[in-house]
Amino acid sequence: MNLAGTDLLDQEGLSADAIDLILDTAASFADILRRPVKKVPTLRGKSVVTLFYENSTRTRTSFEAAGKYMSADVINISGSTSSATKGESLRDTFLTLQALTADLVVMRTPHSGACHQAAEWVDVPVVNAGDGMHEHPTQGLLDLLTLREAKGHLDGLTVAIVGDIAHSRVARSNLWGLTRMGATVRLVGPSTLLPPDADRLPVEVYTDLRAGLEGVDVVNVLRLQLERQSSARFPTAREYSRLFGVTPDTLKAAKPDVLVLHPGPMNRGLEISADVADAPHALIERQVTNGVAVRMAVLYLLLGAS
Amino acid sequence: MILTNGRIIDPANKLDSVGDVRVENGVVRAVATGAERLEAQGGERVIDCAGKVVCPGLIDIHVHFREPGHEYKEDIASGARAAAAGGFTAVACMPNTNPVLDSAGLLRDIKAKAEAARAARVYPIGALSKGMANKELAEMGDLKDAGAVAVSDDAFSVQDAEFMRRAMEYAGMLDLPVLLHCEDASLTEGGAMNEGYTATVLGIKGLPREAYEMDVARNILLSLLTGCHLHVLHVSTAREVELIRWGKAQGARVTAETAPHYWCLTDEACRNYNTDAKMNPPLRTANDCEAMVAGLADGTLDCIATDHAPHAAYEKQVEFIGAPFGIVGVETSLALGITHLVKPGRLSLTDLVRLMSTAPAKILNLPGGGGALTPGTPADITVFDPDAGWTVEPEKFLSKSHNTPFKGHELTGRAVLTIVGGEVVYTA
Repeated sequence: MNLAGTDLLDQEGLSADAIDLILDTAASFADILRRPVKKVPTLRGKSVVTLFYENSTRTRTSFEAAGKYMSADVINISGSTSSATKGESLRDTFLTLQALTADLVVMRTPHSGACHQAAEWVDVPVVNAGDGMHEHPTQGLLDLLTLREAKGHLDGLTVAIVGDIAHSRVARSNLWGLTRMGATVRLVGPSTLLPPDADRLPVEVYTDLRAGLEGVDVVNVLRLQLERQSSARFPTAREYSRLFGVTPDTLKAAKPDVLVLHPGPMNRGLEISADVADAPHALIERQVTNGVAVRMAVLYLLLGAS
Repeated sequence: MILTNGRIIDPANKLDSVGDVRVENGVVRAVATGAERLEAQGGERVIDCAGKVVCPGLIDIHVHFREPGHEYKEDIASGARAAAAGGFTAVACMPNTNPVLDSAGLLRDIKAKAEAARAARVYPIGALSKGMANKELAEMGDLKDAGAVAVSDDAFSVQDAEFMRRAMEYAGMLDLPVLLHCEDASLTEGGAMNEGYTATVLGIKGLPREAYEMDVARNILLSLLTGCHLHVLHVSTAREVELIRWGKAQGARVTAETAPHYWCLTDEACRNYNTDAKMNPPLRTANDCEAMVAGLADGTLDCIATDHAPHAAYEKQVEFIGAPFGIVGVETSLALGITHLVKPGRLSLTDLVRLMSTAPAKILNLPGGGGALTPGTPADITVFDPDAGWTVEPEKFLSKSHNTPFKGHELTGRAVLTIVGGEVVYTA
């Protein structure tokens, strides 16, 4: 399998073989991250543009670090410095980046599907760093890597994704990636934050937290995106926390060796209690480190370096 | 001029047989079938229509020709020529222009431009409210005198029931049909495609069918209250068809249309974020497509219209959520009817001609008639080849815009000759 020159747009369309290749490659790059000198010449002479139309610290820094650790030239463009503020269309922005001989563009956008559309407009590989409510494939991949590392396997695991499923690109990427690798996925959240026709996805759907966590191997707690709650989805943060907050008490329903993931940034005390976030079974910092390894693997494979 | 040896389909005159049609001085002079045939008289032009269908001119009562204001998308002349190429001899154009068609002068200007184009006739639809702002009634009496065949606020659907009631009462007094895009806007804000599984997977906020259905129900009830002729624009859901069926059974003066994309395509066409599959109402599901066909077959849906909505390529080549709603339709409508309704045996060619000519003429009570080949009436005639196979190549459209989800589709059936007022305005 060769991913050189391809785009990474979603997890829905990613085969198990492709996922294995990315995770195996990422695992080997994780070794570089443990070295005292975290720099290899692998992508020297390659230019990577990160184009972020939404605020992001974690993901943008992670991509930037991944590129720099492999000696790529990383150019960061944020929404406020881009030509979008002058009315330039996204298509024209991509045509310009292509003409500037970017070798790969990483984009974060509030618009679902914009990465897919960009990939049709230009030949340069496009990596989706989160598009609206659609997908966040490198987040999905780093979650897979983190679980595979901790459990030794992905098949047979039962993973509950808890929170605002409707607006979550992390939930969508996770559910496709996990089910493709043989895990069982549960979506847990208030009825107002589950997407329409959720029951037609290859998942089990729960609106009761304790029932949803019963016997699971992993809980992936989503960030409650307060900025996306435009209309009445729940009465108060207090009630949300009471019904859907993951705490030591609600976690008792899960397996004793349950692992906890959170894509960050966390609202401590809201969707996740501080006790849970800081406990040894929480892999939240490991996710961040693996995020760099996964993004190194993605840049490496898509840029066809050897 | 004699159109000879064609299969004459004229539902209004209960005619379906091979024969000849004579056109003279702009009117249908004679129709002869069976043993009785017409002889060409001294130098009269004879057009052989063997193997073709000769029918009353097709009429599309729902198009957007963008003039004034957005002539780069379409103008009256380009739209009228595109319509003629699609076999249409008349269209009714929506008032959502800039400025809005809410004054008599603007309507007269449209009519003058349409006449100058010498293509399909263009009948303006007046705005229902000033500026289509749903606040004050437009001067409907004045608009009618200037040639408005109906009133509508198009996609700016009237949310306030009291205002809708008064608008219907007033339009009803003037015998102007009220054409309504039915949508409860409080349920659809931010939506860009059909709410459901595909939208969930794509991460696109949905347009729930119930938003449209509840407004259809409300407007049928208001039509019953006021007695006004309500015409429901672009029906897209199975339950809307049921509601209209119910309204008709109640005796409401309600008619309804659907458009070809609502029986040909589902929301799956939005996969890959194809903005040429984005319109409002949105593409629904296979069950809804089936309901459109059933509704057309049993008469619940009275006619076919296209909602021809041209947009420039650069306007559609943007993020899906930000792309404008709408697709072009006048140059594919006839073929989509033949390919997806007639060929599979769901409707007859006579049904299709009724739905695309006889019925729309009647719904808008068009001046000069139309929709029939009755001797003495204006010669608006479409000749089409029901067997011609072709591939949709949008760059060959006469429309200024190419935004169609049917690009590359293999279709059957095509207009070969379009005659308006006895004058040939399009030849394939």
